[in-house]
Amino acid sequence: MIISLKHIIKLIVILTLVNFINHIVNADEKVELLKTDWTFKGLFGKFDRGSLQRGYQVYSQVCSSCHSMKYLSYRNLIEKGGPEFTEEQAKAIAASYEVKDGPNADGEMFVRPGKLSDKFVQPYDNVKAAQAANGGAYPPDMSVLIKARSGGANYIYSLLQGYEDPPAEVTLDEGVYYNKYMYGNKIKMASPLSEGIVTYSDGTEATVEQMSKDITTFLMWTAEPHLESRHKMGFKAIIYLIILTILVYFSMKKIWSRIESEV
Amino acid sequence: MSDHAYTPKSKVGKWFNDRLPILTLANHLTDYPTPKNLNYWWTFGGILTFCLITQIITGLTLAMHYVAHADMAFESVEKIMRDVNYGWLIRYIHANGASMFFLAVYIHIFRSLFYGSYKSPREIIWIIGIIIYLLMMASAFMGYVLPWGQMSFWGATVITNLFSAIPLVGEGIVTWLWGGYSVDNPTLTRFFTLHYLIPFLILGLVVLHIWALHVPGNNNPVGIDIKKPSKDTVPFHPYIVIKDAFALLMFMIVFAFFVFYAPNILGHADNYIEANPMVTPAHIVPEWYLLPFYAILRSIPDKLLGVLAMLFAIIILALLPWLDTSKIRSAVFRPLYKQFYWILLADVLILGYVGAMPAEGLYLLIARIATFYYFLHFLVILPVLGFKEKTLPIPLSITDPVLGGSPNLAIAKNRDSFDN
Repeated sequence: MIISLKHIIKLIVILTLVNFINHIVNADEKVELLKTDWTFKGLFGKFDRGSLQRGYQVYSQVCSSCHSMKYLSYRNLIEKGGPEFTEEQAKAIAASYEVKDGPNADGEMFVRPGKLSDKFVQPYDNVKAAQAANGGAYPPDMSVLIKARSGGANYIYSLLQGYEDPPAEVTLDEGVYYNKYMYGNKIKMASPLSEGIVTYSDGTEATVEQMSKDITTFLMWTAEPHLESRHKMGFKAIIYLIILTILVYFSMKKIWSRIESEV
Repeated sequence: MSDHAYTPKSKVGKWFNDRLPILTLANHLTDYPTPKNLNYWWTFGGILTFCLITQIITGLTLAMHYVAHADMAFESVEKIMRDVNYGWLIRYIHANGASMFFLAVYIHIFRSLFYGSYKSPREIIWIIGIIIYLLMMASAFMGYVLPWGQMSFWGATVITNLFSAIPLVGEGIVTWLWGGYSVDNPTLTRFFTLHYLIPFLILGLVVLHIWALHVPGNNNPVGIDIKKPSKDTVPFHPYIVIKDAFALLMFMIVFAFFVFYAPNILGHADNYIEANPMVTPAHIVPEWYLLPFYAILRSIPDKLLGVLAMLFAIIILALLPWLDTSKIRSAVFRPLYKQFYWILLADVLILGYVGAMPAEGLYLLIARIATFYYFLHFLVILPVLGFKEKTLPIPLSITDPVLGGSPNLAIAKNRDSFDN
């Protein structure tokens, strides 16, 4: 045990050393992301239900005109751990979209109002159409966007608030914007949020910061729809393991005491 | 094997055991005399068995829902994450389980390096272990391709392209591996097939690994041969079983932390972007456990030599029993080797770190120095050290140093001066 402890200490020293080199080598410019208190972080992290519902509002009124959400269905909006809209609300949301269905008995395609079981209606028929409508850039699908960007929630939150006038030495082409958090600082999406672009149905003031927070929370949920049950189960699992570990530890001491006394 | 003859007590047991001596085997496993001074670094064998079984069970479950097709793989994984009951749990256990498996195997390997477990008469155990490690890397690499994200696709492209370095037939081999002229659906389906197959090969090799272990018995922290069974040994059950169980539970707490609270921290964000052959990611990096070898590959300017260096970096491990010329097993009694051991560990960690960074400027320089040192350690330092090093006197039995539950150097040293 004494030797093992010494090993562990040495290992920690080495790891610290590697980390230290890391800091020296990485000292050059790195933009610090904006941070906020996410309710979904931490051991008991849960989504803020109001924020999720507002976030959906931002998505449906702003983002969804260009960004698809292809892995979500309207039924997900009522599921536990999500925005938890009532079934009536979600049905109304679904019905407000037109869904292409078919072929019917006559072999014709037809359009009908959306149902809970439908996937979120996509803004473009295909990637090419999306690119054509957006100056060649494909607005990425938003279902797992948070997990697909390093920096995750903080990155999206920062990006939405990161639009600035470009520094003097940077020239931008037509349809390209400057964003201090974007990789390479050039982004083809114009600043999507502006004060009051959405009128929140719960009366919350729609500042850019508030909307950024709400849409990011919503996107975190779309990327990790089971986050709440994961946190809940994780806590139980770890408590269970700790108790079991303690019990096994004492059993081990008891069993080994037979040997140690013999020596 | 050193076991005493075993006869089952019941008539049925005896009848059965005469035809298939599985009860004899079970008896051998429970009675198996194990050195009593094994420390917690020895519990990783059991932990690795747990990892393998966990990967196989979660993997089978995932395979029931996964669709191995270039157009559907990514979507089917998202379906598992969203719509399959506890699919997220199974996938996160499987994905993080791979990392945990490698964490455990690296500890297992470095334990072996410290205590000289690879030396005579345990060379075959060690070589089987290296083959298992190679298969693990192959399986993990192919598993990472299956979700068909950007890193899957481009990682597969980079790694399979390594074969093109082979003179004359290289290009042909790559086309053959791909089943076409680029990484595409045929590549995905064959990777899925092999990813499904390899764990069972590993399972078979694990049986051989343990079988080979049970011939000479375990090495131990003091590194001396012991008489079995004797005062120096304890029966595997219950002593080692309970100790392994305790260590496994501690390991599972760490595992659970990753699965439930940081399931994506060990993966790369780009793998949540569906594979796109038209867009190359800014940096293509393999999973963390392959990074040291990736750093070695990139530190050599010539492609063929780089590939050979990377392969040799692994093969060299298999030659270790003959490269290490010292007769003393445990680093506890090798003051110089001990220092070089820690330098090697630091070297490998540095290689892993620069493997994750772009291969340019200072990183490249560090990678080259670290690569050079890696080979220097195995090819020069180890062989020379065996002849030059003045080792500490080793005790005659582990009974003395085992007092207090750990090898006690002071006693070992005193004892020797006493002997002299």
